Amino acid sequence: MTDRKQRLLPTVQKPARYTGGEWGEVQKEKEQVNIRVAFCFPDTYEIGMSNLGMRILYGVMNEQPDVWCERVFAPWGDMEAAMRREALPLWALESQDPVKDFDMIAFTIGYEMAYSNVLNMLDLAGVPLHASERTGLKNIVFAGGVCTFNPEPLADFVDFFSLGEGEESTVEILNVYRRAKAENWSKERFLREVANVPGMYVPSLYTPVYEPDGRLKEIVRSEGAPEVVTKRIVQNLDTAYFPTKMVVPSTEIVHDRANLEVFRGCIRGCRFCQAGFSCRPVRRKSPDVLYRQATQLLENSGNNEITLSSLSTSDYKGLRELTDALIPYCEAHKYSMSVPSLRADNFSRELMERVQAVRKSGLTFAPEAGTQRLRDVINKNLQEEEILSTCAIAFAGGWSHVKLYFMLGLPTETDEDVLGIAELVYKIIQLWKEKGVNRKRGLSIRLATAYFVPKPHTPFQWEKQITPQEYLRRCKLLKEHLYSKCVEYDYHSPDLSRLEAVFARGDRRLGPVIEEAVRSGARLDGWDEYFRYDLWLEAFAKCSVDPDFYTVRGYGEEELLPWDMMDVGVSKAFLRRERRRAYADSVTPDCRHGCAGCGANTLLKEARCDD
Amino acid sequence: MIRLLFEKTGNAVWISHLDLMRLFQRAFQRAGLPLTHTHGFNPRPSVSIALPMSVGVESICELLDFALDGEPVPCGEIRDRLNDALVPGVRILDVYEDGSKLKNLAWLDCCLTLEYDSGVPSDAAEKLGALFSRPSLTVEKKGKSGISEQDIIPLLGRLELRQEDQNTLTLLARVHCQNPALNPMQLLSAVERYLPELAPSFCRCRRVELYDENGNVFR
Repeated sequence: MTDRKQRLLPTVQKPARYTGGEWGEVQKEKEQVNIRVAFCFPDTYEIGMSNLGMRILYGVMNEQPDVWCERVFAPWGDMEAAMRREALPLWALESQDPVKDFDMIAFTIGYEMAYSNVLNMLDLAGVPLHASERTGLKNIVFAGGVCTFNPEPLADFVDFFSLGEGEESTVEILNVYRRAKAENWSKERFLREVANVPGMYVPSLYTPVYEPDGRLKEIVRSEGAPEVVTKRIVQNLDTAYFPTKMVVPSTEIVHDRANLEVFRGCIRGCRFCQAGFSCRPVRRKSPDVLYRQATQLLENSGNNEITLSSLSTSDYKGLRELTDALIPYCEAHKYSMSVPSLRADNFSRELMERVQAVRKSGLTFAPEAGTQRLRDVINKNLQEEEILSTCAIAFAGGWSHVKLYFMLGLPTETDEDVLGIAELVYKIIQLWKEKGVNRKRGLSIRLATAYFVPKPHTPFQWEKQITPQEYLRRCKLLKEHLYSKCVEYDYHSPDLSRLEAVFARGDRRLGPVIEEAVRSGARLDGWDEYFRYDLWLEAFAKCSVDPDFYTVRGYGEEELLPWDMMDVGVSKAFLRRERRRAYADSVTPDCRHGCAGCGANTLLKEARCDD
Repeated sequence: MIRLLFEKTGNAVWISHLDLMRLFQRAFQRAGLPLTHTHGFNPRPSVSIALPMSVGVESICELLDFALDGEPVPCGEIRDRLNDALVPGVRILDVYEDGSKLKNLAWLDCCLTLEYDSGVPSDAAEKLGALFSRPSLTVEKKGKSGISEQDIIPLLGRLELRQEDQNTLTLLARVHCQNPALNPMQLLSAVERYLPELAPSFCRCRRVELYDENGNVFR
C-alpha cells in the first residue's frame, strides 16, 4: 500500500520539491553518523536551492564523516494544508525523516520577511517554538545569514546565532556539539561553551532592559558572555572550502544554473546597502582558481549556464583575465555565461556584448535616486551621463528594453528628486528617438520604485522611514509625471517594506508579535498570494507593540541600538561620519580611490584589504 | 537518431515532462556525451521523449530520441555512462539505433493499482468488468478548449482485472495512446463517475509496454 506522504504528492503542485533524490544529494547511513543536522531554508525549494551560501555549508557539514546534513524547505501552501490535515510532520529531503528527530536544526536567514517561515517550519516539524521549551541537546536551533546581524526579533526562538561566513565556524560549532553529546552535557553547558566560539551569539546569555519610553536602556550580560560578538570571515577565499560537486535539482528553480562567486565584500559604499557594509572587507578569488572551479562546476553538474556572482562583478579585479579564459571555454562547450550586476563602465559594456552575443536581453539600471544630488547623498556613484551613454550604445546595437530601479523615501528626498526620476525617463525616451534602430518594435521601459528600508550597520541605520501615506503620495506624484505609453511603472505596496523595516531594526519585544502572527496564519510573506498584512497589524495590536516605534520614529545617534553588540567590522564612528557626509551631499570615493577607514580591514589577519 | 528505452520509477515519477527533458540534457552533459543542438535563435540540445507522461505515473517503457555530436559511441557504452550520471528512479534499459517511426506507435499497456484501505469490495471485479464492457462509456476530458465528453470504449483494447490481495485490485488495460490518445487515468474517472461506491482510496498508474497498430511490441 502507498504510504500517506506518497498519497499526498499527486494532490500538490510541483511534488518533486518534496522528495529529494536529486543528482549530487548526500546520502549517508544514519546508524553510521553521530550528528544529524536539518538545514532549513525558510522559503520554498526553488528559492532555497538557488542560495549559494546554503550549498556551501551543506558541503562543509557533509565533509565531516560523522555528520549528516540534510535539506529542509518551507512547503508551499497546498502542501502545508495537506500536512496539517494528515498530521504529517515536516521532513528532511535526503532521509525523508521528520525534522524533530534531528540533533541540530539550522536556518539560514537572508530576509526579514522569512521570520514567519522560521517559526512556521518549527511548528510544522512539531518542535517547540521557544528556545526555553527545548530543554535537552536534541533539536538545538541555530541560525546564520545576513539577518542575524540584528538577530534580536528571533532571540526567543533560536538557541544561538552564527554571525558572518560559516565555512570555518560551522565546523567549530559541530566540534562543540560533538563533545557535548559524547560527554552528555546539559543544554546550558553547551550554550555557554558555544558562546566561546568566536562569532557566536547566545541570546539567552543577555537580557535587554528598556527605558520607560521604550528605548533600550542596557543589555545585561551573564557571566562569561562576550561583550561584543564579532562576525567571522574567511581569510583566504582561494584556499577556503568550496564545493564543486553540488546538488542539481530535478525540477526548475529560480536560478537554475551553476553559480560561482568571484569575490566577497564591496568597494562601493552605497549608504543604504546593508550587504555593502556588512560583507566587508573585500576579498577576491584568483582568476585561475575561479577558472578551475567554473569548469569543475559545469562538468560535475551538467548545467549549460554559469553565472559569475558578487555584489558588483564589474569591480572584480581579475574580471578581464577570468573572462578571457572562460568565454572561449564556454563557447567551445556551448555553455552560456551570465554576468549580473555589471556597472555601466566601458569594460562592462564590451563584456556585455561578448557574453550576450546570442541573446539580447534587457538593460537594467539601479540609479536608486532621480537626481545627482540625491545619488550623492546615498553615495551611489552612478552618473546620469553613464546611464545615457550606455543606453545610446545599447539602442544603437538593437536593444529596446530598459529596466530602471529606484527607491522612494531616501533621507533628504524632496519632490524635486522624485520628479528627477521622470526627467531621466524622459531623457532615455528622447535618446531612443535619436539612436534606436529597432524602431518598429518600440521602446519599453519598466520602472519600479521600492519603499526605502533603513538597515542596521549602514550609515542610514538611525534614519526615519517615511510614512506609508507619504510614500504613496510620492508614487502618485511620479506617476502623474510619466507621460509616455512606453513606460510601465509599478510601485511596490508599502505594507511589506514597512514590516521589513520593523524587523530589520527590531528588538526582542517583536518575538511575541511574530509568534502571534504565525499562530493566526502568517507565513510565506514574501509571496503575494500568501502575504496577509492584516494578520500582522492584528498581532502588533494584540501584543501592544507600535510598529511606528521602529520605523517613522528613527533612532537617536546616542541611543543604545539592539544590534550594538554585533560587530560586522565596520565601526560606528565610520557610520556616523558617513551619515554626516550624506547630509552634506558629499560622496565618499570607493575603496580603491582612497580608504575611508571603515575598520573592516581589522578583520584580516595577514592579507591586506582588496589585495 | 539514437533511441533510449528507459524506466521512470520511485521518486522520479514526480519529475514533470519538461523537467525530465532538462534532467536528461544535464545527464548527457555529465556523461561526457555532447548532444547536437537545434539550429534556432536559442540553440537547445535536441532530446525528445515520446508520449509525455503525467506527473506521478510510473513507466518501464519510455522512449527518448537524441543525436550526439562528434565521434560515434557504442550503444552499450552510452547506456552505462548515462546510468552512472542519472538520478535514482531513472534507468536506461536499452540504447539502439533505427527505432521504429514514432508515428506508428499506437497502443499502450498500463496497469492501474486500485488500493482500498478497508478492503476490496466483494463484487468489485465483477462490477468493474461489466462497466468496461459497456458499448459506450463517456467521461469528462479537460482540454485546451475546456471540458468535453470523451467516449473511452473505442480507445480501449483488452482489459483484465486481478485481485492481488485483500486491499488491492489491479486493472491491466490496453489503451490507444496516439491520435487520439486515452489517458489511462480516465479509467479511474469512469469508475468514480459510474461506480462511485467502488472508487478506491488511492490509485497508482504504471506504463508497462508499447505496441504498434497491429499489436506488435513497439521499439
